[in-house]
Amino acid sequence: MAQGYLQFAVFFGALVIAMPLLGGYMARLFTGQRVFLSPLLGPVERSTYRLLRTDPGAGQDWKAYARSVLVFSFVGWLALYLILRTQTIQPFNPEGFHSGAWDVSFNTVSSFVTNTNWQFYGGETTMSYFSQMTGLAVQNFLSAAVGIAIAIALIRAIAKRRGGGGVGADAADRSIGNFWQDLTRALLYVLLPISIVAALVLVSQGTLQTLAGSVGFHGISRASGELALGPVASQEAIKELGTNGGGFFNVNSAMPFENPTTLSNFIELWLILLIPVSLTWTYGRMVRSRRQGYAIFSAMAVLFVIGVVVVYVAELHVTPAQHLAGVTSHHIAGSTGGNMEGKEQRFGIADSALWTAVTTVTSCGAVNAALQSLTAIGGLVPFANLSLSETIFGGVGTGMYSMLLYVLLAVFLGGLMVGRTPEYLGKKIEAREIKLVTLGTLFTPLVALVGAALATASAYGKASIYAEGPQGYSETMYAYMSQANNNGSAFAGYTGYVQPNPGNLGAHGVTFADLAGGVVMVLARFAPILFVLAVAGVLVKKKASPAGLGTMRTDTPTFVVLLLGVVVIVGALTFLPALLLGPVVQGLTTRLF
Amino acid sequence: MRKDLITSALAVVLFTLILGLAYPLVVTGVSQVAFHDKADGSQITRDGKVVGSKLLAQPFVIDTGKKDGDGNPITRPNPRYFQPRPSATGYSASATYFSNRGPNQASARFFYRDALAAYLQLEKPFTPGLTDAAVPVDAVTTSASGVDPHISPANARIQANRVAKTRGLPLARVEQLIAANTDGRFLGVLGEPGVNVTQLNLALDTVTA
Repeated sequence: MAQGYLQFAVFFGALVIAMPLLGGYMARLFTGQRVFLSPLLGPVERSTYRLLRTDPGAGQDWKAYARSVLVFSFVGWLALYLILRTQTIQPFNPEGFHSGAWDVSFNTVSSFVTNTNWQFYGGETTMSYFSQMTGLAVQNFLSAAVGIAIAIALIRAIAKRRGGGGVGADAADRSIGNFWQDLTRALLYVLLPISIVAALVLVSQGTLQTLAGSVGFHGISRASGELALGPVASQEAIKELGTNGGGFFNVNSAMPFENPTTLSNFIELWLILLIPVSLTWTYGRMVRSRRQGYAIFSAMAVLFVIGVVVVYVAELHVTPAQHLAGVTSHHIAGSTGGNMEGKEQRFGIADSALWTAVTTVTSCGAVNAALQSLTAIGGLVPFANLSLSETIFGGVGTGMYSMLLYVLLAVFLGGLMVGRTPEYLGKKIEAREIKLVTLGTLFTPLVALVGAALATASAYGKASIYAEGPQGYSETMYAYMSQANNNGSAFAGYTGYVQPNPGNLGAHGVTFADLAGGVVMVLARFAPILFVLAVAGVLVKKKASPAGLGTMRTDTPTFVVLLLGVVVIVGALTFLPALLLGPVVQGLTTRLF
Repeated sequence: MRKDLITSALAVVLFTLILGLAYPLVVTGVSQVAFHDKADGSQITRDGKVVGSKLLAQPFVIDTGKKDGDGNPITRPNPRYFQPRPSATGYSASATYFSNRGPNQASARFFYRDALAAYLQLEKPFTPGLTDAAVPVDAVTTSASGVDPHISPANARIQANRVAKTRGLPLARVEQLIAANTDGRFLGVLGEPGVNVTQLNLALDTVTA
């Protein structure tokens, strides 16, 4: 037990050390100051703008910014769809895989463009290396960069100080930045350099990186087998760093070829939280008050730590099915003990629990252990994390902007309680922005619940469900919560793709699950982005007034508690009834189904 | 709108070239030079032929000559080798999937019951007094990847009795090999120690040969 907690402490320490370094770097980068990579990347950045025929200095108001985001994502969507549907004519396809079915491709494309990386397909049996590299991995970069850009735009709007009257604001006053500049900088200065280093470190641990096709072998004791290979490490690095999570292999980061050692596991975990954690520091720097950043970091950290501990303690116990079969529940020296179903020996209970918590608070759908095989209470944690709508660190950028919406909500509620006009960092929070904030925070849960309701209450959803009893319900519910939160992890078993043979030949999608999931992902990604940018558009124009004696402080432990209360209560009110039917029932009974 | 479309199209093309081709190809090039064996999957060769990967489990079984209902050969564990953890995929390294066994599923209970019985049947003749309660949990649960190369040290200690007997090796020699093929925690802190069954069995074969 102590061993597990020591690992958690080391991990958290490694993040906290990196936070000011990367956080400060991003703050300088996105406010146009020189960073240490500027001499190297400055020329590349300037050529990029020339090639894109765009003027990075031209500020965009929120509508122009939003239009660029939407058009760019739509074009990216079309490009990826084209790639997945033309596998037969691609280079780097040593296995000769056929193209994906239209419906499962629709789901996959929507999934990668929205930073979800929900996977109905099996990577190593359906995707050519070309699709993986130039299709899926590219969207891993682009969707992550879009998330960062939106978060930076909102922070900029909150931080912006302007003099003069509030009427007749001119173009510069309405600007929340330039999308093409934010996108390019996030890609060139943040995501790409870290990915290159991380990919090479992973290869040094044994992660694959080759263009050669699969290798047949005759085993040590008996003829059999084939090793599926591929350019894995380059994709693995950005998959974690961009909180994407789409594995090269079907079993994702449980596969030794993706995640071979305990050190590679540690690095991958660290990469997942690196940017989301650092952005809280960036925030503090950009609004010129580090304490504001600490407050948000603290609120996120509290919920995160609770989640880690609960999964860990739960997984140290065996499941009812194991107990009834006679599997020992006491600890044997030299063994991990606990529920090892769907877990890898090298990760044991602690690293699997930590991974489960890390990937479900962020929007990273990667797994190193099977979520559907967790104990009921352990499995409740991923559900609870998804219920909190990506506010605990969250996806790269998305976590920050989702949490800022909750911050505004908490400020508003706090203002009502003390009977004063709510203010955040000197800017009055009024009816218009609170309406937008409310829509932004409630939209994702709405889409998740409607999707899950359609899938469970109609006959269309049946084709995807194999498990009996509440397990089948849990898997369905999780599928829609995960897709709506753009997370991408799965209580696998909920099926959207039937594939009798490797290579897509004779395979077909489960059309309802593919389309419903795809639509859920797209709506729950882009509608909140529009609301967030609209909030930014309102806030950027507001005049900041100096804080007075009666101003509610937003950098104190009291505010952190208020913020936690708002996040947890909104999440619980929205999802508790739905969760009662699945994981809660499974946790309360030892009956088998 | 039109300007956004042009910029977007150019951006998708440009970034696909940089991130989708240049980046993975450069990383591949460097990896192939600097970490050639690891980048290719840590393949094990014996007599010039590939016999698997150090990182992946593989089955160590004997063909019984019988076939099951689907026409697949029925196998039993080869007692001369250490046995890896149960696999939902038959240790497939080319098509991986999870066992999808939930905590409250009746089918899961039957699986564990059978796995326990099979483990006892194999080991009890060599480890008298072995009971359900003494079987480490990793020995009767399926791994996540289906090709988890490691077993727990406790599991290896039990299997050592059988392997030593059937191969006519001193137990101390087998335990020595176990220790040599155990991957410890990184820096003594991260992860769990595990005995790499693939490498251990490979080493065993060189001892008897």
